[in-house]
Amino acid sequence: MTLNRFFKIYVPIAAIVFLLYAIIGGFLLPVPARFILHETIRNLYFHVPMWFTMILLFSISLVNSIMYLNKQEEKYDIRSSEYINAGLLFAVCGLITGMLWAKNTWGAWWVFTDPKLNGAAILCLEYFAYVILRGSISDERTRAKVSSVYNLFAAASIIPLIGIIPRLTDSLHPGNGGNPAFSSYDLDNHMRMVFYPAVIGWMALGLWIANIRIRIRNLENKILENN
Amino acid sequence: MNFSLIYQLFKKEIILELRQKYALNGILLYVFSTLYIIFIGFQKITPEAWITLYWIVILFASVNAGAKSFIQEGKGRLLYYYGISSPQNIILAKLMYNCILIAVISFIAYIGFLIFFGDVIDKPWNFALIMLLGSTGLAGVFTMVSAIASKAKGSATLMTILSFPVIIPQLLLLIKLSRRAASMAISNINFDIGYKELVGLSCINLIVVIVSFMLFPYLWRD
Repeated sequence: MTLNRFFKIYVPIAAIVFLLYAIIGGFLLPVPARFILHETIRNLYFHVPMWFTMILLFSISLVNSIMYLNKQEEKYDIRSSEYINAGLLFAVCGLITGMLWAKNTWGAWWVFTDPKLNGAAILCLEYFAYVILRGSISDERTRAKVSSVYNLFAAASIIPLIGIIPRLTDSLHPGNGGNPAFSSYDLDNHMRMVFYPAVIGWMALGLWIANIRIRIRNLENKILENN
Repeated sequence: MNFSLIYQLFKKEIILELRQKYALNGILLYVFSTLYIIFIGFQKITPEAWITLYWIVILFASVNAGAKSFIQEGKGRLLYYYGISSPQNIILAKLMYNCILIAVISFIAYIGFLIFFGDVIDKPWNFALIMLLGSTGLAGVFTMVSAIASKAKGSATLMTILSFPVIIPQLLLLIKLSRRAASMAISNINFDIGYKELVGLSCINLIVVIVSFMLFPYLWRD
């Protein structure tokens, strides 16, 4: 199967190659000297791709939840939950790298008035709630159905708010409230050469982790069936 | 979708409520005891605290109101509903009932806040619109989440865990809009009533209602 091959061969290779390049290049290649940011600008290669990866993984899980409700097949439920688990890992990493960056540039670990930070916190709360919901239902079919419904319901009612509101109000992040985005002039060609491979690398790592977990779950199910 | 059936189900909820007077009275007692505690604690509060506390009181009151719609419903009665009606009718009827219940609660809580802490709202009609939008949004989220939580163990705790991430962004918008409605009391604020936020909130309410309408049938079948 081609998709299987894609996940077993190409994704791991992409993850290893691009991440090795991004980590080594990220720490050693030249970066532009910017006021306040200084060397912390290198965090761009870690902090931003974490959120991109999280968005990718959560979107895949949403698609799988829709598929589960349509077809009621267990494999979609396994996929949807494991993509969320992997996405949560990246969300936590994104929060940690972001807090470190904020401490060094804005002077505080957490800023309560920044809409993007609030959005990230709410999104994490939502998916942790999803994990808790799954834990509290013992029947497999009910668990799959209810958690798919919650996944879709919460995403549909949260994403418009945390996706649109931050763009209406001021933020300390680049690209909002008069702060320039990295793409306009901060991100010069030296940084682009590391940033884009870093995005691909982290995304491949996320897909790889999710895929390994899905395969483990499938094997566990197979063992249960054989016993 | 069958409008007369929705109306019948909705009327049934109202009649049941008027006969037992359990939900509304219980929640009102909760609102007034909370208000009394706030009054004893603060004596006098700033307009910002007025608005924030108002929405926090409404939030917890409507968690209780929403929990009633599926979690505290008997198994036999749910089976009976299943026999007489399609799931869409039931969720719409429950939604309408909860919306009106929460609107009534928020109106009475507003009067309570007036009595205890004085008036800070200087655009009452604007605030009425905010209350209406707020109660629709809260009702939509809590009705659906109560249906989700009723399928799991420990539903009461789960109800708050599941609904708060969904409700927090809405509540932030409501507080922001209410501050606009009290712009005279809160100094150095612009006098724009916040059309962008109003439109955003209405869109969210619409999304919540449509999504519950589409997803509830999947929950219903067991």
